[in-house]
Amino acid sequence: MQIETKFHGQIEMDSQMIYQFPTGLPGFEEQHQFVILPIDGNDTFQVMQSTEEAGVAFVVANPYAFVPTYDLKIDEATVNSLAIEKEEDVFVLAVVSVKEPFEQSTLNLQAPLIFNRNNQKGKQMIVNQSTYSMRHPFQEEAK
Amino acid sequence: MLVLARKKGETIHLGDDIVLKVVEVSGDTVRLGIEAPQAIDIVRGELMQAVTDTNQQAIPADLSSLMGFKK
Repeated sequence: MQIETKFHGQIEMDSQMIYQFPTGLPGFEEQHQFVILPIDGNDTFQVMQSTEEAGVAFVVANPYAFVPTYDLKIDEATVNSLAIEKEEDVFVLAVVSVKEPFEQSTLNLQAPLIFNRNNQKGKQMIVNQSTYSMRHPFQEEAK
Repeated sequence: MLVLARKKGETIHLGDDIVLKVVEVSGDTVRLGIEAPQAIDIVRGELMQAVTDTNQQAIPADLSSLMGFKK
């Protein structure tokens, strides 16, 4: 299928690459389908693009690349709604709040994106009692 | 919005398997106990709002600023 994107122009996407977000994301409840796109020349970040609205495209990153000790327990509600059967089917991305200059951008480690690659479902899981912030600085890891 | 008056120790049933219980009332703070299936997401309202705000502010205008950044 053809999709309009915010950063990649119009692209052709295999529908099997689409992740279903049954309840959308907080603030974007109407967006139920996303694809994960690479960023040319930058392996650290990817874009999570809505297939339904071109303007909705988040920069995302592997949280473990920034916080190797990131400790996350996937709650029962998420296991249930994503129908997770095996740990190896799961991968996690963090939404990047992009700032200028870019070094001041932050990662949302309190509400990570959880994906089940076995059934192409995804969800933003909100951790009530988190030791991690919604605006975790990039910089902290440089110390 | 349905509004119900409840006293300490009283409950409200939502559907077949969710029960809210007023555990304690102290000044302007009400402590609620929630019994719900583990499949139900329970999130404080202000936390949901914070995630909403963070998401809405996260989207950049373009990707130029991150091109030089490597982890």
